[in-house]
Amino acid sequence: MPVAERRIIFANIDQPGYTIDIDCYLRHGGYKELRKALTMRGPDIVHEVKLSGLRGRGGAGFSCGTKWGFIDPTKNTKPVYLICNADESEPGTFKDKQIIYKDPHQLLEGMIIASYANNVHLAYIYIRGEFTLGAKILEKAIQEAKAKNFLGKSICGTNYDLEIYIHRGAGAYICGEETGLIESLEGKRAYPRIKPPYFPAVLGLYMCPTIVNNVETLCNIKHIVAMGGAAYAKMGRPNNTGTRLLCVSGDVEKPGYFEFEVGALTLGELINDICGGVKGGRKLKAVIPGGSSAKVLKAGERYKIKTKKPDGSMEEKEIGLEDIPLDFDTMAAAGSMAGSGGVIVMDESRDMVECLANIATFYAHESCGQCTPCREGSLWMKKISDRLAHGRGHAGDVKLLENVADNIAGRTICAFGEACAWPVQSFVIKFRDEFETRALGQNSPSPSKPNSQNATCPPATSR
Amino acid sequence: MSATNINRVVNPATQTIPPEKVYPGAGDSHHAPPTLPKGFETQADELITHYPVSKRSASLPLLHLWQETFGYISPAGIDWIAAKLGLQPINILELVTFYPMFRQHPAGKIQIKVCRTLSCAMAGSYELCDYFRKKCKAGEPDGHGLAISPDGKYSVEFVECIASCGTAPVIMINDDFHENVSKSRADELFLKYS
Repeated sequence: MPVAERRIIFANIDQPGYTIDIDCYLRHGGYKELRKALTMRGPDIVHEVKLSGLRGRGGAGFSCGTKWGFIDPTKNTKPVYLICNADESEPGTFKDKQIIYKDPHQLLEGMIIASYANNVHLAYIYIRGEFTLGAKILEKAIQEAKAKNFLGKSICGTNYDLEIYIHRGAGAYICGEETGLIESLEGKRAYPRIKPPYFPAVLGLYMCPTIVNNVETLCNIKHIVAMGGAAYAKMGRPNNTGTRLLCVSGDVEKPGYFEFEVGALTLGELINDICGGVKGGRKLKAVIPGGSSAKVLKAGERYKIKTKKPDGSMEEKEIGLEDIPLDFDTMAAAGSMAGSGGVIVMDESRDMVECLANIATFYAHESCGQCTPCREGSLWMKKISDRLAHGRGHAGDVKLLENVADNIAGRTICAFGEACAWPVQSFVIKFRDEFETRALGQNSPSPSKPNSQNATCPPATSR
Repeated sequence: MSATNINRVVNPATQTIPPEKVYPGAGDSHHAPPTLPKGFETQADELITHYPVSKRSASLPLLHLWQETFGYISPAGIDWIAAKLGLQPINILELVTFYPMFRQHPAGKIQIKVCRTLSCAMAGSYELCDYFRKKCKAGEPDGHGLAISPDGKYSVEFVECIASCGTAPVIMINDDFHENVSKSRADELFLKYS
């Protein structure tokens, strides 16, 4: 019996007859939580969010309540800004798009509540440039909400004012990094800022305290207000509360997006029960569990996971890939990360060298060019993995590839350095023989040839 | 292993520099003062009001507006936007060269963008991109990966992950997403937009 989905954020999405206009949203109980929130004090809402244990859904999994808590309303004298990070560009992730395109008012309601809680009067939605229609949908939703007085001056008859504007990006992955996003919103190149300060909550947009939250995180705020923080925290597992949107793509029979309580099901259940198993009845080879930056997991691997027993003592268990529950902490203990919830499945017919060359090409294209290790290293890793994939590798390339990756992680301003190094490190370590074979100039073990139907990496001449 | 194995050294004497590519539609309009369509400036002014703290923030929206209106960002456009926001032209040019969506040359009237990243690639996006290139009779891609048909009607290019991985392969034609694009679907779409 497969684990049942628990749709809270996706409750109405894809339901027959559910449309994106405000009347439909109101018929489904929309903006009720906003009215409730407006009767509460801002700090009380922040307290509820802290109680809920909500962790950011953008990729890092940082506690949302803690992030909000960095702004002390009793000491802060500057205006506070809120930015919704809708720059969904992590390969493998397509959850926020569903919310923006199919339930825009849910995002707005979450944003308005979050803004009220943190005393924000000007908020932006940074949406990726390719979502042209998404930006129009949100624009219309904002106009509708304004007409009903859920936005603008004196919201719902209180003395609280808020303006939300849409800001479109222009195709740069680095804008998903919060300080890069802020630079971009200030009208500059999206070069991530030097840390410290570690959080834009200290110095953010226009050098003022700024909260940057993911679309899914902000939608959760609405449900935390509805349920109360303590009740919300009962969903999922301790320190991994709430529900999680998961996007599955790659070699499964039924790819798609789902919502489950965090940790309610294992990776194996997700692939086999929910997504109908690996495509064509083939065997599982590898899974990237949290967007392409997450370290790859290899089928047949064993992980030692420490779990807390009800009496508080720790227990060490050895589990396989398919038994890993999909939560933040276990995924980290297994050496990868839950990241953005984008699960990419690869079956036994896939050539790992080609897959890595594809990922490396992505990062080489998207490096912002600010820090030398990443700017040079990402291109270098692309070149090496490319020539390996096309059978033109040199002896020693595998070592070189590892060495380049090892010299990027931890030596850059933002986490992009890790994001481009981790896939390389994990692919090379876990599939070393495939890489070594290629470095010796031998043919690919998979039936695919460059430029054939299964080609996943660029021919040497393009880009 | 010597360094020359990795970085192939080119003898400057034998190095050839490819001639500058001439893009259909580009040419005389460069640097000529722009004729703005009616309502353009009003729209630009409205966009600037979204950023009460700093006008500079409006540079991306104005670039989008310019590109939607004129198809690409010309030097005249860079000058106009910079003047509008009280900035130096370099402040705008550096954005055009940084953000992949902005073009400095016209692309096709019908712009086909094929997602290149892993999930789509596993579903055959490389082949799909080739298929579109052949269908449009677009030549070899330029340095930015853009291939334009000789009549300037179509352009085909790869883009990085466009967040529809569950329905790979995914393409965008102008601003519309199309999912699960098989070859027969590609033919249908091609007819629809032609």
